[in-house]
Amino acid sequence: MPVLEGKELRIVGFLCNWCSYGGADTAGVGRFKQPTDLRIIKVPCSGRIDPLFVVKALMNGADGVLVSGCHPRDCHYAEGNFYARRRLEIMHKFLPILGYEPGRFEYTWVSASEGQRWQQVVTSFTEQIHKLGPAPKILGPEASDTLGLMQAAL
Amino acid sequence: MKFQKELKDSIRKALPELDVVIGWCGSFDPLHATPHFIRREEDIEKLEIGPLSVHNLATYLPGLRGKKVGIVVKGCDSRSVIELLQEKLIARDDITIFGFPCTGVVDQAKIKKALGYVGNVESCDMSDKSVVIVAAGKAHSLELSDVLADKCHSCRYPDAIISDIFVGDKSGEAVPAPADYEALATFENLSLPDRFGFWLKELDRCIRCYACRSACPLCVCRDHCAAESREPHWLSQENNVRDKLMFQVIHAYHLAGRCTECGECQRACPVDIPVLMLKQKMNKEIRDIFKYEAGVDPEETPPLLSFKMEEENITEKDW
Repeated sequence: MPVLEGKELRIVGFLCNWCSYGGADTAGVGRFKQPTDLRIIKVPCSGRIDPLFVVKALMNGADGVLVSGCHPRDCHYAEGNFYARRRLEIMHKFLPILGYEPGRFEYTWVSASEGQRWQQVVTSFTEQIHKLGPAPKILGPEASDTLGLMQAAL
Repeated sequence: MKFQKELKDSIRKALPELDVVIGWCGSFDPLHATPHFIRREEDIEKLEIGPLSVHNLATYLPGLRGKKVGIVVKGCDSRSVIELLQEKLIARDDITIFGFPCTGVVDQAKIKKALGYVGNVESCDMSDKSVVIVAAGKAHSLELSDVLADKCHSCRYPDAIISDIFVGDKSGEAVPAPADYEALATFENLSLPDRFGFWLKELDRCIRCYACRSACPLCVCRDHCAAESREPHWLSQENNVRDKLMFQVIHAYHLAGRCTECGECQRACPVDIPVLMLKQKMNKEIRDIFKYEAGVDPEETPPLLSFKMEEENITEKDW
């Protein structure tokens, strides 16, 4: 049994290739201590991120989703993150109607030189997710499978 | 309806220039109407408009692209037409819009709920206030306001916003009062786990017929829908409540800033899942953040297709 089982939650991070992925790398090179719950998926630009990725990740068992791109006005493709900001903000506001806490999903901007900021973002986001606990999971093909478990948990 | 004759006359006048005019006519029983495609002069007489004209005929427009089409629209339908024009999915020159002052349409689900199964409907008489349905020799009387669709109770645009020919008298200026989303507010009082459970329970009934998609005037991807795509594989073909819910989220998100809340998705649903609520939530957030309402001005740009360097109403998290 892995040492961290039960102590760790699953967080999926979508990071843009040009800034945030570089920022995470900088944090690694600088040997900044970070929690290990996050799994990173590199995408070309925050504008590449379909906000439905976030829902899909949550529905398939992630406990939290973090999106990070270049700071506004610093996008490698000039305006990708401006579009992303609108889309992600709407998804952020939409999630509660499905029953997910809004805090399960955050988006932010980290540049390639901001290793320290990356460390802070990861640490506080992981803390936030741990405070919320595991996300509601959909188990089995029928709703009754999940609903029964939810009842039992109460 | 008083202006029905006037409408027929104007369709008769316009028909020689058009390939087809879409309206409504009687269906399998007197309680239902069905979309009516008028191609020849003799089809015109069958046209019927009234509280049974529930279908949003704008759904047909993208599929008839390139043809000269006439369309009869209620106020809410006209917003879908505007949205289609805005997205350049139809050409303004190709369509002729016939507007009329709508006084509301019925919700068949409410009638079904009030009466249960009544047998063969022999006649259906609708006045301004009441509905009298004669079925299997028995008369059932209902208040019209009890069976009107929810959207009609809070209708803000009873007259077509855009029209080439308008018959009857306009019922007055559009009331610009914002939509109040009462049912949504009640739902949002529930706790988060209750909301999660609610959607699972409701979506469990879903039979994945995709009637919500077919009825939606703005679902225009047809054969390229994300629901059927294998690469990326958004949804599996399994009978799984997760995929059913995911599809509704995809639908709601793909309609963000475009949905005019015509309610066709919910009306078409054979198992009465309240899917419109997801779209209302999306619209409410879009209205709050971008001060935007879809389907009002054909010249506007949808909020998700544009951006501002500084967004006034988006506050990002401070880490």
